[in-house]
Amino acid sequence: MTATGLREELEQRGISRRDFMIFCGSMAAVLGLPEEAAAAIAGAVETEARPVLVWLEFQDCAGNTESLLRASHPTVADLILDSISLNYHEVLMAAAGRQAEDALAQTVREHAGQYIALVEGSIPSGADGAYCTIGGKSALQIARDVCGGAAATIAVGTCAAFGGIPAARPNPTGALSVADAVPGIKTLINMSACPANAENLTALIIYYMTLKRWPPLDRLHRPLFAYGKTIHDSCERRAHYDAGQYVEAWGDEAHRQGACLYKMGCKGPATSQNCPVVRWNEGTNWPIGCGHPCIGCAEPNFWDTMTPFYGRLPNVVGFDVGRWIDPVGLGLTGLVAAATALHGVGEVALRRFRTKPGEDDEDA
Amino acid sequence: MPHIVVDPVTRIEGHLRVEAEVDGGAVKEAWSSSTMFRGIELILRGRDPRDAWAFAQRICGVCTTVHAIASIRAVENAIGAVPPPNARLLRNIIMAAQVVHDHVVHFYHLHALDWVDIVSATGADPAKTSSLAQSISDWPLSSTSYFSGVRDRIKAFVARGQLGIFANGYWGHPAYRLPPEANLMAAAHYLEALDFQRRFIKIHALLGGKNPHLQSFLVGGMATPVDPDSQAALNMETIAALQKLVADGLSFVTRVYIPDVLAIAAAYKDWAAIGRGVGNYMAYGDYPEDDNAFPKRFLPTGVIHGRDLGKIDTVDHAKISEQIAHSWYDYSVGDERALNPFRGETSPHYTGPKPPYERLDVTKKYSWLKSPRYDDAPMEVGPLARMLVAYAKGDPPRAKALIDKVLTTLRVGPEALFSTLGRIAARAVETQLLVESIGRWVHDLAESMGRRDYRIQDNSKWDPSSWPQECYGAGFHEAPRGALGHWVHIRNGAIVNYQCVVPSTWNAGPRDAQGTPGPYEAALVGTPVAKPEEPLEILRTLHSFDPCMACGVHVVDATKRELARVRIT
Repeated sequence: MTATGLREELEQRGISRRDFMIFCGSMAAVLGLPEEAAAAIAGAVETEARPVLVWLEFQDCAGNTESLLRASHPTVADLILDSISLNYHEVLMAAAGRQAEDALAQTVREHAGQYIALVEGSIPSGADGAYCTIGGKSALQIARDVCGGAAATIAVGTCAAFGGIPAARPNPTGALSVADAVPGIKTLINMSACPANAENLTALIIYYMTLKRWPPLDRLHRPLFAYGKTIHDSCERRAHYDAGQYVEAWGDEAHRQGACLYKMGCKGPATSQNCPVVRWNEGTNWPIGCGHPCIGCAEPNFWDTMTPFYGRLPNVVGFDVGRWIDPVGLGLTGLVAAATALHGVGEVALRRFRTKPGEDDEDA
Repeated sequence: MPHIVVDPVTRIEGHLRVEAEVDGGAVKEAWSSSTMFRGIELILRGRDPRDAWAFAQRICGVCTTVHAIASIRAVENAIGAVPPPNARLLRNIIMAAQVVHDHVVHFYHLHALDWVDIVSATGADPAKTSSLAQSISDWPLSSTSYFSGVRDRIKAFVARGQLGIFANGYWGHPAYRLPPEANLMAAAHYLEALDFQRRFIKIHALLGGKNPHLQSFLVGGMATPVDPDSQAALNMETIAALQKLVADGLSFVTRVYIPDVLAIAAAYKDWAAIGRGVGNYMAYGDYPEDDNAFPKRFLPTGVIHGRDLGKIDTVDHAKISEQIAHSWYDYSVGDERALNPFRGETSPHYTGPKPPYERLDVTKKYSWLKSPRYDDAPMEVGPLARMLVAYAKGDPPRAKALIDKVLTTLRVGPEALFSTLGRIAARAVETQLLVESIGRWVHDLAESMGRRDYRIQDNSKWDPSSWPQECYGAGFHEAPRGALGHWVHIRNGAIVNYQCVVPSTWNAGPRDAQGTPGPYEAALVGTPVAKPEEPLEILRTLHSFDPCMACGVHVVDATKRELARVRIT
């Protein structure tokens, strides 16, 4: 499709050039690109052939699929009608059974080495693959066939990226991440979190379509634009942490005033993800914003290393920083522990929250 | 006799396989098989019961609140925690928003393509489509130019040759009956509903931080602080935002979803005699309206046997059991036995064909689902069960009024409800009923804050030292797809055993020891099949249940032998 053709089509649908440029600008912002990148994004979306994607589900809960449906820029309708060709997605596709499997086989055959595979859910290695079969074939076989022939594979959500909940102790089905199930994948990108945030996933697709390359990744294969900082670093409650103001009980004055959730078990200091910046559901809110601690869902093995969820860092069971945290993260975690110890000593002397309405006036 | 295999059954959550024998243009016998499991109950053993909701929640990302709710209720029941009124109201709002969201997405995105030929929409006359839309609703997006734009968008999409998710659909199948104009209207609403669901679910983001997988649940209450005088708590700005989202939801359901269901149902009225199923229905009831130990519930509880609406039994949880005669598990007491979830004993033992395989041996074990039974009888659960119980009891009166209105509009009697079409209608009625109720709970929450009641959690039971050394609890919930129960056994502050009996297990389970089919299997019998190679009608009856297989399959108690073989990475 030509640029003019797309523009005309958008205008017919009531989307002005200005709206379109605003969308491209917001994508640039999510990706952390300079302002002039909006024009490049507009060009890419308008002129390129739609890339072919297939979405595989294995030991999943469809939470990442549901997350995709919540995407706002672009929306899932805009994405699948205008930007990409989603040739296989069990939850959304019209065809079933043989016709569905044919669509997948045809894509793998006709677009060999060109399509992008997205995987949701872990892949069981136990019972000769019988813990997850589709069309009579094991998840392991499907993953190897489809991801093996893909230009790139995106593991969407923590189950596909790191094994997730099926792989949590005692891993009854021998659940594996994509990386472990299909060794030697050419390009693998892990979009962890439970579920992955749709805005990050669409940003990744737009990144690829715009810049014709995949973004730089951390050592866990996660794009730096979404996983480059810890929750703690960007948290809106960080000032309360620095001031030693903590929630002590659910619904207490500190909780109502948005104090730090560290003592209630927050795993934000050990979790890399851009939740505080992008937030969720079109920027409406995020877990800490509604008063609950971060549970560390973007990190490998978080079901084992970040639990009990209401236990304090770094004393939670299995919190073995050296095993998986980036060097930067390791330093930070040490800092957190030290700083927290300091806070523990000093906090009684710090400003307390008002306990009754009106007490603030006396403070002033 | 043609043998049909539909695997994967798509436009559902999870992995479902159906095999069917077709004779004389209709299904003679059918077998429902679930082909995936993870073992979340086993993973829950030894964990902190306060964490259990987050694990259980991951059973399903579609009905993303339901296992969290059942889990916190089970643990609260075990340890004696009592959530305060604000938590009850927050939960009611969250639960009802989940049902409304789920039902709308199910109708438009998971089910509509069974009835709507989207390719036929490209040949529609936008002016006629506009007249049709305006004859059934005052929804403003109904002009000729609007439908013209939608038609052209679909045309352009089809013309580009990359059909994506619409490739290989059963377009042109003889069972499609709607005129192109109705197909175009439905296609437009398919797209509008995609936008609607994304916006409406901000109710969950406001109260749960995010959707899917809300993160504000707590054993004993909710983590969302309430305080009208704080910018960091649920305040009047949040209340106003909720009111706006609820009003928009009510508008969409009343003016788009309900009229569409009635229009499509009118064109497919013969489906009111197809897909009848087992004829037994069970609802636990939900939406507590007060804070008593046995509260009045907005949706009532009850059991219906043999489609007899004249006699509603009370649910006796001791009569719930699970069988495994055709499930890939062993019972130490014998595979013909039935066990109550409190004594639930489960160890997987796959005896099916080694993948890749073509056929299952359905005379033996053939599913990862168990067969739940109530008083040894299979039960259909879900919106139809809930609405039948409400209809028969006349409680709430609004349910009966709405159902009577639907029956009158379609000019059918109550017996039409026991069908594929009946499930669709009941789901729509329930959506209307609940979207009308959310506003009342939002109002009650605002009033409570106005009285300076800021309690959100029973802090007296947060510390495990306040719990009995050993305790048992059960938590029940009406999930979008039906009656859900979690059972938990806690000792020394840790989970000893955890069991879930889930809506899709009730509905999709295999035959029991007596050979009695489960609700899917029973409902498929008699479903017409015009073209065995394109099993569109089978999808209609299956989708009318809204299958959610990840929910259904969850139970595993791996043997030591199995664990030893597993490679832990």
